[in-house]
Amino acid sequence: MATPAVRVPADAVRRREPHPFDAVGREDAILLRSQPWQRVRVYVWEVPVRVTHWLVVFCVVVLSITGGYIGDPFLIPETGATMGIMRFVHMLTAYLFVCCALVRTYWLFRGNRFARWQAFIPTNRRHLNEFATQAGWYLFIRRELPGILGHNALAAATYMIVFFLFLVQIMTGFALEAQHGHTVVASPFGWIANAVGVQTVRVVHRLVMWAILAFMVHHVYSALLVDRVEKNGLLSSIFTGYKFATRRQVAEARDGGIELEEMLR
Amino acid sequence: MMEADGSVLRQLLVERGVSRRAFLKFCGAMAATLALPSSFASTIATALSTASRIPLIWLEGQDCAGNTEGFLRASHPTVAEIVLDVLSVNYHETIMAPAGRAAEKSREDTIAAYPGAYIAVVEGAIPIGEGGIYCTIGGRTFQSLVQEVCGKALATIAVGTCAFDGGLPGANGGPTGAAGVTAIVPGANVINLPGCPMNVQNLTATIVHYLTFGSFPATDSLGRPHFAYGQLLHDQCERRAHFDAGEYVLAWGDDGHRKGWCLYKMGCKGPETFANCPTVRFNDRTSWPVKAGHGCVGCTMPRFWDQMSPFYRRLSNPPGFAVDVLADQIGLGLVGVVAGLAVVHGVASYARAHAGAAPAEEAPPLPPPSTEPGAPPPPGGLPGAEPGPSSDAPAPESPDEEAS
Repeated sequence: MATPAVRVPADAVRRREPHPFDAVGREDAILLRSQPWQRVRVYVWEVPVRVTHWLVVFCVVVLSITGGYIGDPFLIPETGATMGIMRFVHMLTAYLFVCCALVRTYWLFRGNRFARWQAFIPTNRRHLNEFATQAGWYLFIRRELPGILGHNALAAATYMIVFFLFLVQIMTGFALEAQHGHTVVASPFGWIANAVGVQTVRVVHRLVMWAILAFMVHHVYSALLVDRVEKNGLLSSIFTGYKFATRRQVAEARDGGIELEEMLR
Repeated sequence: MMEADGSVLRQLLVERGVSRRAFLKFCGAMAATLALPSSFASTIATALSTASRIPLIWLEGQDCAGNTEGFLRASHPTVAEIVLDVLSVNYHETIMAPAGRAAEKSREDTIAAYPGAYIAVVEGAIPIGEGGIYCTIGGRTFQSLVQEVCGKALATIAVGTCAFDGGLPGANGGPTGAAGVTAIVPGANVINLPGCPMNVQNLTATIVHYLTFGSFPATDSLGRPHFAYGQLLHDQCERRAHFDAGEYVLAWGDDGHRKGWCLYKMGCKGPETFANCPTVRFNDRTSWPVKAGHGCVGCTMPRFWDQMSPFYRRLSNPPGFAVDVLADQIGLGLVGVVAGLAVVHGVASYARAHAGAAPAEEAPPLPPPSTEPGAPPPPGGLPGAEPGPSSDAPAPESPDEEAS
């Protein structure tokens, strides 16, 4: 309380509230509340997030290869059933992809704060302001990254677009499969081809595939970049679930809070 | 069951010297076309033998008379012609004997004599642009003719793609505002038989269905009979095995083309077209486009001139680009642009990291005298640590300065 008010950050008030460390002994509390530069780890990506992420990677790769072949058969085999196999694998993988989408959608409402829908849709001014600061960082206008543990504002918005593209792929894909009269699939999606024309559906399915591949290039690059600059273990986090940050960063991040700290021993 | 002496059909069969055997073969073929069990052949034969004549008015608008050509060349010509004669064609501009006022009178007489009891067949698109003046017959717009004739008909059969949805005159760029029958007479009972031209076997089967069961065949959401347009052409194609095997024609006249391989890569639209061409075929079951070595163009599908073109490529060209730009070129370009931007941005980021000062996150703002960041705290004292919740607040950090 005796601290001069000049440098108090905006969320200092929030951090004066009681927190779990109050329960520990005074010595430990002092220890834990000090050393803001100390690196701690934060459990960011839960198991369903990581599993669906890598399954989606697998699906996108398999679906793009088989779908690319279906759209333009580039292998002319001596014998065999190339197209039959490609289409079978494509549809099987598509159903796996849909399962991933369903699980991840469920986790938008049941996951932790980094996986919930609020992480993607701006619900406060600070989140909105981060679009400018994050873009400024990417455009070399700003030197500092906004404090965030999960998805930054731009990334979250990009993922929303990607989720939409996934939805488009699922709907157009099923609309095309419905052409063959699979009634279980056709009943919800058969109208699409009638509404916009089946060839339009096909072109959209194809173009969105390319858009997703372009996103993958961007995604891998920006992951490498942020991992290198922030040194927060971003790349390993999608395997382990943990990101690393200083205690100050954890406390001050938009989606942070000192209750997230896990001390490295 | 063929003993229905005195029936119209019986007389006609005798007059034209058609054997009973040929007639029964025709009935069997009709049962097959309608996807009925073979036992229905006798039902059809009985029904046709006792059927009374139904008057028919055949209207022709914006079209090439291709469906009339198909009609006149009905397969199994002798029998099918007779069956179609069961319908007394009272008005058909192209083939009727009367001309001028007499022709118009026969149409008006039919409508007056058989209100709600005649079949209307519409061939060709109906222009509705500028009040429908792009097609007038006997001083009346074709639009008003269709509305009058189809509105009072027992049922309307729209033959060919033009009468289905405007077809070629209604394709992108057409100035006449051509539309199909369903759009012009929304309330009418319309059976659509699209195709360019429609398969006359399907027209005959539709009429036989009515003569046999007293109702028209079940149709899909676009008003097309299920028996003819219920299945994907691709799933019935005789070259389908080559498709699944990955054996494709790569150029006209190449080895695969001579072997009769799949025309998928040559732009065949069989995988997106609903029609029974592979099973019914044309010209007395002689052939159909794919059997003749040319890909399907999807002529039974809505707006096929726009949707299915280019006819010799798999995919439509995305709108908004030059006509020659393919979807894959756009997609590959997009990936390339993103990859290029990533490389440029990566180089710039590298330069930033090495040219400027180290980022503020690297250096702890208030370094304690003897502790490395992240190192275990020294036992005993806590140098530099202030007890209290706001201990780490007064840190001079550049983000705070910029933000303020």
